[in-house]
Amino acid sequence: MAELHHAPRYTEDLDFSDILTKYQIQHDDGFDNIVVVDGVPVIDNSKLDKLLSKITKEFSKKGIYIKQDEIHVPWDKCVGKSKGFIFINLRNAEDTSLSLTAMHGHAFDARHQFKINRFVDVERYVQLNETYLDPPMEDYHTKEHLRSWLADPLGRDQYVTYRGEDVEIRWHGKSSQSGVSYSKKAWTELYVSWSPQGTYLATIYRQGVRLWGGPSWEHQQRFAHPLVKLIDFSPCEQYLVTWSHDPINVPANLPQGPEFFSPEDEGNHIAVWDVKTGHLLRTFPSASLVFDDSLKKQMQWPALKWSADDKFVARITPGQHISVYELPTMGLHGKKSLKIESVVDFEWCPHGDKDKDEGRFQGSKGRKLEENMLAYWTPEVANQPARVTLLTFPGRTILRQKNLFNVTECKLFWQNHGDFLCVKVDRHTKTKKSTFCNLEIFRVREKDFPVEVVELKDTVNDFAWEPRGERFAIITSADSNLGSSNAGTVKTDISFYQLDPVKNDFKLLRVLPSRTSNTIRWSPRGRHIVLATVGSSTKSELEFWDMDFFSEERREGQAAKEDWAGGIQHLGSADHYGVTDVEWDPSGRFLATSASAWRHTLENGYAIWDFRGQEIEKHLVDRFKQLIWRPRPHSLLTQEQKREVRRKLREYGRSFDEEDAAEESSISAELVGHRKRLVDEWNTWRARCRQEVAEEQHSRIRLALCREESKEEIEEWIDEVIDQTEEVVD
Amino acid sequence: MRPILLQGHERSLTQLKFNLEGDLLFSCSKDHIVNAWFSHNGERLGTYDGHNGTVWTLDVDSQSKFLVSGSADNTLRLWSVSTGKCLYTWEFPTAVKRVSFSDDDQQVVCITEQRMGHQGAVRVFQINRDGDGSDQPSKPLHMFNPIGSKATVCAFTYTPNLIVTGHESGKVALFDVTTGDEVLNNERAHMDVVTDMQLSTDKTYFITSSKDKTARLHDTKTLRVLKTFTTETPLNSAALDPFRPYVLLGGGQEAMQVTTTSLRQGKFETRFWHKVFEEEIGRVKGHFGPINTIAVHPGGSSYASGGEDGYVRVHHYDETYSKAKPYGDLVIEN
Repeated sequence: MAELHHAPRYTEDLDFSDILTKYQIQHDDGFDNIVVVDGVPVIDNSKLDKLLSKITKEFSKKGIYIKQDEIHVPWDKCVGKSKGFIFINLRNAEDTSLSLTAMHGHAFDARHQFKINRFVDVERYVQLNETYLDPPMEDYHTKEHLRSWLADPLGRDQYVTYRGEDVEIRWHGKSSQSGVSYSKKAWTELYVSWSPQGTYLATIYRQGVRLWGGPSWEHQQRFAHPLVKLIDFSPCEQYLVTWSHDPINVPANLPQGPEFFSPEDEGNHIAVWDVKTGHLLRTFPSASLVFDDSLKKQMQWPALKWSADDKFVARITPGQHISVYELPTMGLHGKKSLKIESVVDFEWCPHGDKDKDEGRFQGSKGRKLEENMLAYWTPEVANQPARVTLLTFPGRTILRQKNLFNVTECKLFWQNHGDFLCVKVDRHTKTKKSTFCNLEIFRVREKDFPVEVVELKDTVNDFAWEPRGERFAIITSADSNLGSSNAGTVKTDISFYQLDPVKNDFKLLRVLPSRTSNTIRWSPRGRHIVLATVGSSTKSELEFWDMDFFSEERREGQAAKEDWAGGIQHLGSADHYGVTDVEWDPSGRFLATSASAWRHTLENGYAIWDFRGQEIEKHLVDRFKQLIWRPRPHSLLTQEQKREVRRKLREYGRSFDEEDAAEESSISAELVGHRKRLVDEWNTWRARCRQEVAEEQHSRIRLALCREESKEEIEEWIDEVIDQTEEVVD
Repeated sequence: MRPILLQGHERSLTQLKFNLEGDLLFSCSKDHIVNAWFSHNGERLGTYDGHNGTVWTLDVDSQSKFLVSGSADNTLRLWSVSTGKCLYTWEFPTAVKRVSFSDDDQQVVCITEQRMGHQGAVRVFQINRDGDGSDQPSKPLHMFNPIGSKATVCAFTYTPNLIVTGHESGKVALFDVTTGDEVLNNERAHMDVVTDMQLSTDKTYFITSSKDKTARLHDTKTLRVLKTFTTETPLNSAALDPFRPYVLLGGGQEAMQVTTTSLRQGKFETRFWHKVFEEEIGRVKGHFGPINTIAVHPGGSSYASGGEDGYVRVHHYDETYSKAKPYGDLVIEN
């Protein structure tokens, strides 16, 4: 009982003030519903009723219902007129904000315009401090150099690997200089991607895309596109296109702003973003959905094609038109699409070094640098032949058209500097029973765009221009198995062609018959080429070829024309079981092959080879998914500077050779030391083990001995008299 | 190093064992038969007939007098090595997966499988070495049921009554057989089933192989992992070279996946790794199925591998093998 009495007194003693202030409810001061309407006509008493009814009517038009007695009109007693502003007590705070948006600036009549303020705001603005205060200076944060990797003192390249959940950025150099530069767990949920000049690394999450860059891989930008599946950068990496299979859905609570989808984007699949600001530029529906279902093919990706200078982006509506949008506004250029009946596909012409270095276009006078060019083709429709057209943009003038007959399918291949356009034309015979292939090659740099034709009997599986070269390689096959998707290996022939500058046609250099290769990979610097059998379960051969084995000077254009095919030399063969991807590094010195767990689960991992086919490193990694070399931006050196470097190569090379030699000796010393350490560790451990075992055995023996000693042997001699007889001996 | 091919089994091999002197090689297989071979020429000495199911495991004592074998017919049998007679049969409710003699040949430890409501058990039998051996105690000396993950392999350590076990979960543990208590364990020794365990000559360390594609060297006393050998294929067996600092690893793609891989890619090779540097130093090809078991001659002059393909290959090392010094003059204790 005593305790109970005590309890209330105890609570009274407590000081609650701190808690009270902390949890004090902010009482609504009740002025939230009140707005001040300025700009009301000044009237006298007689017109008051009329004014009030007019005001209530005006407000109710916008959905705000007020009663007349909720309006308070301040009165200037001296003059006997109203003061020109009124207070309105609205029903709730929502009406307040509605009235702000709907009635602010509302023209009451010709001379009067309403100015609406919240009552509480008026109070606040009155109390506002009038003295000017300098806004605090924000500290300047130096942004990291996004291209710092190019300044690597060792001149190494980087690549990214994705395995399991780990993403790693690795250096590739000499074996001692290779290694992990940065790694992060769960950096992406789908895959990783470099921007085309290597500045950013894009990682993909459920919520959208994130870009990373700089030496410490700081977060650079984010694009909120839920469930994004595919992304594509523009060539100058100023813009990003994202695609999601799920239509864009704008929930009510989505934050608003230029970085986010707005309700009008709802239902679209493709979004275009500005990389630097992160702003959403425009969204599009998926092409395949608009297109009629009968021709529903696999969706084309990239769905939007960029011109080489990032100025335009084009989207095709197959069969109808190509829509070209101007950047950065993303408005339809010229307010109208290029109407092309039954157009199937198009490609922009890439820009070459010649365009960049010389600043203006030479050769064909029809095109200036400001003009982009695109090529498109249309199939045979109703008495019209199939047609390939070259078009300038934004000039929209047709430069060249070529008619083609018996066409099943065309594919457009631009040489990477825009010197040539090859149209691979799959043709059928009149009976449509068999197909063959023509290569129609447009020499774009020449006057009137002459077209050379290479006729082939077989179907062409793959075509590849030599980067900045005049050569191309094709894979042809006469095998009937082709087409069937599960055919692991198809017998193929590989042919090399080159432009003959005298006759101006393309001449067959060499054929490599009876291969299984299905992939051509030119080195990004030309000259070297790798033929690979990819995605087959039985064959996985890599062949390394050099196209200019003897004549170093050929690429300078002073080659001896007599021995055309003489320089083609087989450098080496290799095998990477289960290879799914083959990629050259940006310098064209190394080749990476990988077996990705996305395709199969046998021997996943990757290998790096030099251009001769010598294995440099090979890693078998479980759940390995992706390897991508970090691209390099275009060189800033001019042609003259490059030539200079090439000439003095021997001088420069000497210092590197010395470095290499010094390093090699230090490595081997290090390795020997490391081994020595391991052996010493092991030997001391073994010695300790041996001692312990010996001790334990000793103690066990001693224990056993003790036990024996403790067993006292007590011998008892018991004499038992069983019987006693006495005999009398005589 | 031309191998001797022992073609005495009709189905895949399960375990190989050399006797102490190394003149005899014992093999058991899924075809219910245990074979004994002369290891120097591959001639068959004889067979031990009687089992009615896959013979999973065997062990031979140090005097080459007794042989024990455990089988999927739920029996553990004691054989006379020289006559091939079955001396005694113990019956259990489930299959015997692993047997091992103790150092003094007085005891045998065996693991029976956990199946059909029966718990997995570890039993230790006292072996009566007197007489002709047919008079054996039918009751085990010790018996216990390890709780948690199933035990797959076991062996005696240098401490009496202490056995080391490998488990399905990848755990490696030490058990006191008298009490059945787990004395020490390393739950994360492997990430998958422990498939084989072989002890060093003085039993102070041992090697385990696992389906997690690694083999590891452990300290018997502390169960600390000393070395890890990471390969690219599930491993079925690992053995220690008694004199040179190498370990031998064998395995390959799972039997069910073999049909989809070519021979070269199946990884059906015996791999030699450096025990201390954890580097692969060589491979020996030959089997055209996964390697199930590897045994090294106690004199270090040869090794034998048994595969899923039903063959045993006995390799006698060339002279160069013992002379080669790929790492220079480093003295490495065994």
